[in-house]
Amino acid sequence: MFDRIVQMFVKEIIQVLRDPRMRGVVFVAPVVQLFVLSYAITTDVKNIRLAVVDRDATPESREIISRFAGSEYFHIVSYVDSEEAAQDMVDREQVQAFIAIQPGFAQALRAGWSAPLQLAIDGTDSQTTRVILGYANDVVTRYSTQVLVDRFARTTGRRLEPDRVPLETRAWYNVNLESREFYVPGMLVVILGLVTLMLTSMAVVREREIGTLEQLMVTPIKPAELIIGKTVPFACVSFVELAIVLCIVIFWFEIPLRGSLWLLLLGSALYVTSMLGAGLLISTSCRTQQQATMTNIMFLMPTILLSGFIFPIDNMPRVIQWVTIVNPMRYFVDVSRNVFLKGSGIALLWPDLAALLVIGCVLLALASTRLKKTLA
Amino acid sequence: MPAIVTASSLTRRFGRLTAVNALSFSVERGEVFGIVGPDGAGKTTTLRMLTGILEPSTGTASVAGFDVGRESELVKERIGYMSQRFGLYSDLTVMENITFYADLYSVPVKGRSEAVGRLLEFSNLAPFKDRLAGNLSGGMKQKLGLACTLIHKPLVLFLDEPTNGVDPVSRRDFWRILYQLLREQVTIIVTTSYLDEAERCSRVGLLHNGALLACDTPAQAKERMRGAVLEVRTPDPRRAAGLLRGHVEAQMIDLFGDRVHVATTEPGQAAVQARAVLEAGGLEVQSIRRIEPTLEDVFVSMLSRAEEEGDGRRG
Repeated sequence: MFDRIVQMFVKEIIQVLRDPRMRGVVFVAPVVQLFVLSYAITTDVKNIRLAVVDRDATPESREIISRFAGSEYFHIVSYVDSEEAAQDMVDREQVQAFIAIQPGFAQALRAGWSAPLQLAIDGTDSQTTRVILGYANDVVTRYSTQVLVDRFARTTGRRLEPDRVPLETRAWYNVNLESREFYVPGMLVVILGLVTLMLTSMAVVREREIGTLEQLMVTPIKPAELIIGKTVPFACVSFVELAIVLCIVIFWFEIPLRGSLWLLLLGSALYVTSMLGAGLLISTSCRTQQQATMTNIMFLMPTILLSGFIFPIDNMPRVIQWVTIVNPMRYFVDVSRNVFLKGSGIALLWPDLAALLVIGCVLLALASTRLKKTLA
Repeated sequence: MPAIVTASSLTRRFGRLTAVNALSFSVERGEVFGIVGPDGAGKTTTLRMLTGILEPSTGTASVAGFDVGRESELVKERIGYMSQRFGLYSDLTVMENITFYADLYSVPVKGRSEAVGRLLEFSNLAPFKDRLAGNLSGGMKQKLGLACTLIHKPLVLFLDEPTNGVDPVSRRDFWRILYQLLREQVTIIVTTSYLDEAERCSRVGLLHNGALLACDTPAQAKERMRGAVLEVRTPDPRRAAGLLRGHVEAQMIDLFGDRVHVATTEPGQAAVQARAVLEAGGLEVQSIRRIEPTLEDVFVSMLSRAEEEGDGRRG
């Protein structure tokens, strides 16, 4: 019994490691992905390209423009004569936004009236638009306050301390509001899931396709031995993968691991179990490797998009939120982020772990039943 | 001698199609039993039921004294099965493939290397033991498949069209190996659509539309063929066969390579008739002679008779 499992294990490992392309797929591709995506996926908005239409051309208008230019977020690309020209630049995506100052801006200010400033933003990407709006608001509010203080001083000769409620903000767990700290621990989850699912989903269907499954069926191998032989090797490969990815995340991206490494590993083990189950289920349900590959994509798309990795689950419609309950990736994204950024302990994360355990057991049980049916 | 394999009214239906219909036969220890028949006759389905991969719809089978359905684990340890596309792990070496199967069958490590050595020896695979199975030629793959099936010294060996698509030299080698096994009292059940291979079997069963039409030694089968076979040689055998079919009374008129075979109970009369018909049709008759019927003649005439009888089944 033990010999058979050992031999299955050796065989699967040889099959994964012998082919250089397979080694590449398993060990190199995920690392490349981790690097590229970790740098690419960011919601930080910096260097917003801005066009300016200054039809007032007064010290006041130049002052506000220089405040935009001086902020670290805006980069003035060009000065144009008309709104039409500026709009054209937005359409060509040469700039993301433009500000337009109408004649009479300074005059109105000096007279103590309100002086409108126009800001037009390319709203295609709502997320970025909101960020740009926030930064612009910030610049303009500061300028307005300054104008008020100056006017007060001019008229009364006294210095005005603007009587307002200052909002002192502090972002916990990610002080510099770096989106990378948020996305990289999620990236780790996606990559680990991807590799595990890919390996396992081919495990049975490949043998079916080349005809070895029929051959295995006439040997005295027991269903349990086959299931162990078809999962444990891939779990091991996944853990090697995890070790590599973890090192890169911690030492290269310098994402602080504030919580317990053991808790993260426990979560990984449960998560890998559920992905093994899903992969084996796909593998036992498909007749060809091609079908399995297609099924993988169909499975992974919603799993990743509804995991909270990019789009927060809290913002999803209630019905979709219910759907995500069966998504194993959702729970491990949560575990990974909390352990990394907040240093949360098991007291807080046990519901996630329990959910992973349940999903993993159900999927593995389903896959085993299917496999047993094939063998019997 | 007691039968080592018995099938009693084995039947398998796939939906409304009956692939194998009430098959009964028995095979004795040390026999090579050939199951012959055209594609789709139910040969593979029969083997799959005998090896316990496929459950029969009705009927039972026993192999090596154990019931295939109820005691499949005990059966599996005592048989070897080489499916039509024997699955080798092409990314494992010859040696790794053999070791893998040896472990699956729990072949004791003690004495294993001798057993493996012997298998490599007689399959001529010894020089290639470190080569990836995927890089072997078709004939060598076949022999490796056989070696993997034999590693646990099975009592009964099931081979499903083992030499399909293998070159003639490798086929001859393959049969040489099978004969060696017979000396060790291994029972072999082999399906084939090559009739020259059927001639090498100790007994053959002709399977047609899932039913056994005949089950005899090759010699007996030939004796059962009523009448005689005439071999007609003409420059245009295809046209000749057409002409003869229209005008000569016979059990079978069929093309065999560049000749036409005519099976008839009245060979003398048929020969005269045939010559007349062909010459009237403007064909030169090179020769007409009486020949020993081959197994192929026997089966083709049986099959055509079975088809004439309507549903293709013999009562």
